[in-house]
Amino acid sequence: MDNSVKLRRSLPLAEKAFGASGVSVTSMGAGYRCSLRVGADDVAALSQALGVDLPQTPKTSARSASRIAMWLGPDEWSIYDSKNNPIDDLKNVDVACAGVDVSHRNTAIEVSGSLAAGVINAGCPQDLSLEVFPVGACSRTILGKVEIVLCRTKADIFHVECWRSFSPYVFEFLSTAAKEQSALAAR
Amino acid sequence: MLLIHCPYCAEERPETEFAHAGEAHIERSTEMNALTDEGFSKFFFYRDNTKGTTFERWRHIHGCGRYFNAARDTVSDKFLTTYKAGEPKPDLSKLVDDQTNAGAKS
Ligand SMILES: [Zn+2]
Repeated sequence: MDNSVKLRRSLPLAEKAFGASGVSVTSMGAGYRCSLRVGADDVAALSQALGVDLPQTPKTSARSASRIAMWLGPDEWSIYDSKNNPIDDLKNVDVACAGVDVSHRNTAIEVSGSLAAGVINAGCPQDLSLEVFPVGACSRTILGKVEIVLCRTKADIFHVECWRSFSPYVFEFLSTAAKEQSALAAR
Repeated sequence: MLLIHCPYCAEERPETEFAHAGEAHIERSTEMNALTDEGFSKFFFYRDNTKGTTFERWRHIHGCGRYFNAARDTVSDKFLTTYKAGEPKPDLSKLVDDQTNAGAKS
């Protein structure tokens, strides 16, 4: 008898997308995420295991293939990978650290287009100009009433991570802002 | 929007990312059992609630997550400075002078 249980991943936003002139708000497909805490002495060992250099400068991220390591705090990172689960690379690491698979806790929304920064700024009080929040910058912050992790992957593309139960709110917030900003830009 | 300098993120960030966490530099006795009830209540419940410059703990809860300390004027709500947890109280007389000079210049 086959005792293995196969569970299909349910995405809270399914294939939701909103588009307006100058901006698109798109729910991203399934991805892997790892919440990682580790002391300064062991950062190098974990960077090697994960195949990406854990950034040590505030508000920065590092990429390698499908993986992105985002600095969240002095001893805290979020590892996102669209293809391979980063937790698998931590299984045989002999280092005191806390790595938790939070793939299903979060979901991601991509905001792209020339109006993207302005749309996020409708609910996020950080300065998102390219000088202050350049490509590769990432930060845990606020969008409206909820906490998000924001990462600028290209000049006009932002990756927005939020808890899955908050995602309908985040999606509606962003698409309403997109509708508004797009209409304003067209005037 | 009030901007607060986080000493860990090393930049000014919007106040909505932060949470206030009470008075700073309150030392927990290493001999709690030896404390009288009065001594314990002083440590646990009583706070200075200063009008003017005060030392507070803050947490960058929706940012880097760290606790840090701040010297703030409770009348003007101005932050005089912020510094990492564990660092000593900064010299206030110098800070107040700096603020006065900055104010005089602007
Ligand atoms: Zn911070």
